[in-house]
Amino acid sequence: MSTVATSQIKLTPEQARPRASVRSRLQDALPKIVLAPSFAITIVFVYGFILWTIYLSFTNSKTFPSYVITGSRAYQRLWGWTFDTDPPSSWYTSITNMGIFGFLYIFICLALGLFLAILLDQKIRGEGVLRPIYLYPMALSFIVTGVAWKWFLDPGLGLEQTLHQWGWTSFHFDWIKNKDFVIYTVVIAGVWQASGFIMAMFLAGLRGIDGEIMKAAQIDGATTFQLYRRIVIPLLRPIFLSAFIVLAHLAIKSYDLVVALTSGGPGGSAWLPSNFMYEYTFKRNEMAVGSASAVIMLMTIIAIIVPYLYSELREKPR
Amino acid sequence: MLRKLLIGTALASGLAFAAHAEDVKEVQMLHWWTSGGEAAALNVLKGDLAKEGYAWKDVPVAGGGGDAAMTALKAMVAAGNYPTASQMLGYTVLDYAAAGVMGDLTETAKKEGWDKSVPAALQKFSVYDGKWVAAPVNVHSVNWLWINKAVMDKIGGTEPKTFDDFVALLDKAKAAGVIPLALGGQNWQEATMFDSVVLSTGGPEFYKKAFNDLDDASLKSDTMKKSFDNLAKLVTYVDPNFSGRDWNLATAMVIKGDALVQVMGDWAKGEFHAAKKTPGTDFLCYRFPGTDGSVIYNSDMFGMFNVPDDRKAAQVALATATLSKSFQSAFNVVKGSVPARTDVPDTDFDACGKKGIADLKAANDGGTLFGSLAQGYGAPPAVANAYKDVVSKFVHGQIKTSDEAVTELVKAIDDAK
Repeated sequence: MSTVATSQIKLTPEQARPRASVRSRLQDALPKIVLAPSFAITIVFVYGFILWTIYLSFTNSKTFPSYVITGSRAYQRLWGWTFDTDPPSSWYTSITNMGIFGFLYIFICLALGLFLAILLDQKIRGEGVLRPIYLYPMALSFIVTGVAWKWFLDPGLGLEQTLHQWGWTSFHFDWIKNKDFVIYTVVIAGVWQASGFIMAMFLAGLRGIDGEIMKAAQIDGATTFQLYRRIVIPLLRPIFLSAFIVLAHLAIKSYDLVVALTSGGPGGSAWLPSNFMYEYTFKRNEMAVGSASAVIMLMTIIAIIVPYLYSELREKPR
Repeated sequence: MLRKLLIGTALASGLAFAAHAEDVKEVQMLHWWTSGGEAAALNVLKGDLAKEGYAWKDVPVAGGGGDAAMTALKAMVAAGNYPTASQMLGYTVLDYAAAGVMGDLTETAKKEGWDKSVPAALQKFSVYDGKWVAAPVNVHSVNWLWINKAVMDKIGGTEPKTFDDFVALLDKAKAAGVIPLALGGQNWQEATMFDSVVLSTGGPEFYKKAFNDLDDASLKSDTMKKSFDNLAKLVTYVDPNFSGRDWNLATAMVIKGDALVQVMGDWAKGEFHAAKKTPGTDFLCYRFPGTDGSVIYNSDMFGMFNVPDDRKAAQVALATATLSKSFQSAFNVVKGSVPARTDVPDTDFDACGKKGIADLKAANDGGTLFGSLAQGYGAPPAVANAYKDVVSKFVHGQIKTSDEAVTELVKAIDDAK
């Protein structure tokens, strides 16, 4: 009887210790376990497929993936098309459009968003009504934005037609039908959609600025312009970074907006690289060329975003 | 004795039941015929199969056009999950056949005599390596003019027989203040019209050499230059808003009488029917001037996949029903196309359909039935799209002269080959 009791007493701490350590180990590991599925999914479906795409771009894949490496013919063709300017090759059109669209879209959205945010920040009446009005376009999908603007900008249906009916018959606005200007209509629709969201980001940033600093500057005799130029905008720097990254990725993945708004534009003049990639991979059965263009898009993004992130996020000596 | 008989019957019926249970009585079908007229046409087939006890299951595809369906099909096939059949166009069938995923319907084809009744030009796409892999559903032809009769009467026009007649007719319409030519400025529509222009300008031999055989000398010949010049002439008759317009909106312009004529495949007839118009009294269908006697075709096919044995019976039933004379007639009357076999009676068809059937038969016998390059029946998709690029860039002014267009065409096609 006593032996049993002692053995029980002996056993208990031995059992208890591993139990406690399992629990604490489990607790330590819990965040990792919870994150593991999404981590695995990201590894496979983002980075895995990036590698797969790079691999495919060096094969001669046509309709279906082929796994025999055949060299860099896809890149050579893209490189050749890069300098095909007259008449412009589809690839040349795509990358120049990306430049025009990316620059104007990001720049105008930032400028307009900041401007609207500063105006809304003047403690005006009805801000609660105005803010969601500016913000709502972001809730629409690109397809809806594209179709709405397609009708609005169509000379036979929308703005031009309406103004003609009102009597202003000399009014002329056919950018959406013009091969040289169609990309700017994509900018207009894109800016309309995103600038309200950027405004909200800046507004949040403005509200976070300490009022004491502003008052101090005013006491020192700073004009309103100086106040914003020297104090407010520099303080908003982190917001610029976030807004830039949001806008840059929206710009680069724009595909549906071009399709819905212009269906590719006259003679394919509104294409962006994403349209090129889809067209070549799925419609023309040139998967290798499509993959190569996707790789070039990725490289471009890395070339722009990485140095910017590095310069913004590194420790600043104080 | 009685007991033995009973056991025998029980066994036999059990066996029969087992044999029955092996076959899946369901047809899985991937297609993008979702619009009113097309869906109605397909219901005919669903009804025919239901009579034989086969259930119909649509494979859902998000998004309208064929592109989304083809992307979905690619994913299904990559995953080894084949549908019983899929709507497919031209070279896609051959691509999938080359990848070894298509079934074999040769036995059924022999039994039903498809070899003799289906035009040889179509068999190029439905037969791969001596095996039947697809069942053609219909034949569309693209070299048609669709004319509003009221407008035609108003301007006192007559059927144009040559390209110059056609230009004169367009001039008359212009003088009367109607939009002469309804065109949708999307690359496939422009290229579809150019198919007809080339056939009209160069004749059947030239069309075949240039757009089916992709012969370099023909592609850069003066005839091709002349064709581009003719296209440029036609483009001067469209309204300034044509860019990006959908084909059915262009058809609607003709239906309403805003425009005189549209150059479009016979699927346009479906729009006229939907608007309750009758051929001969409300609208006229002529062959594109200078192309009478030849037919530029494209065809919808049901590609038959290499499904497991228990689903083969359903597949054979689907293929047989698809190419049965009754379905071919009923379906194509609704769809606006003509039957994919030349021995179907034309009694139920309207005037345009009757002409289409007669033309197809004549073109098949005379060797003037050609695949449309714009519609993907002249060359593989890479080449066909390169061609559409060049035509569209020419129409919209990125390519300025016909000299340049011809050089670009040869370059683009060689690059895509």
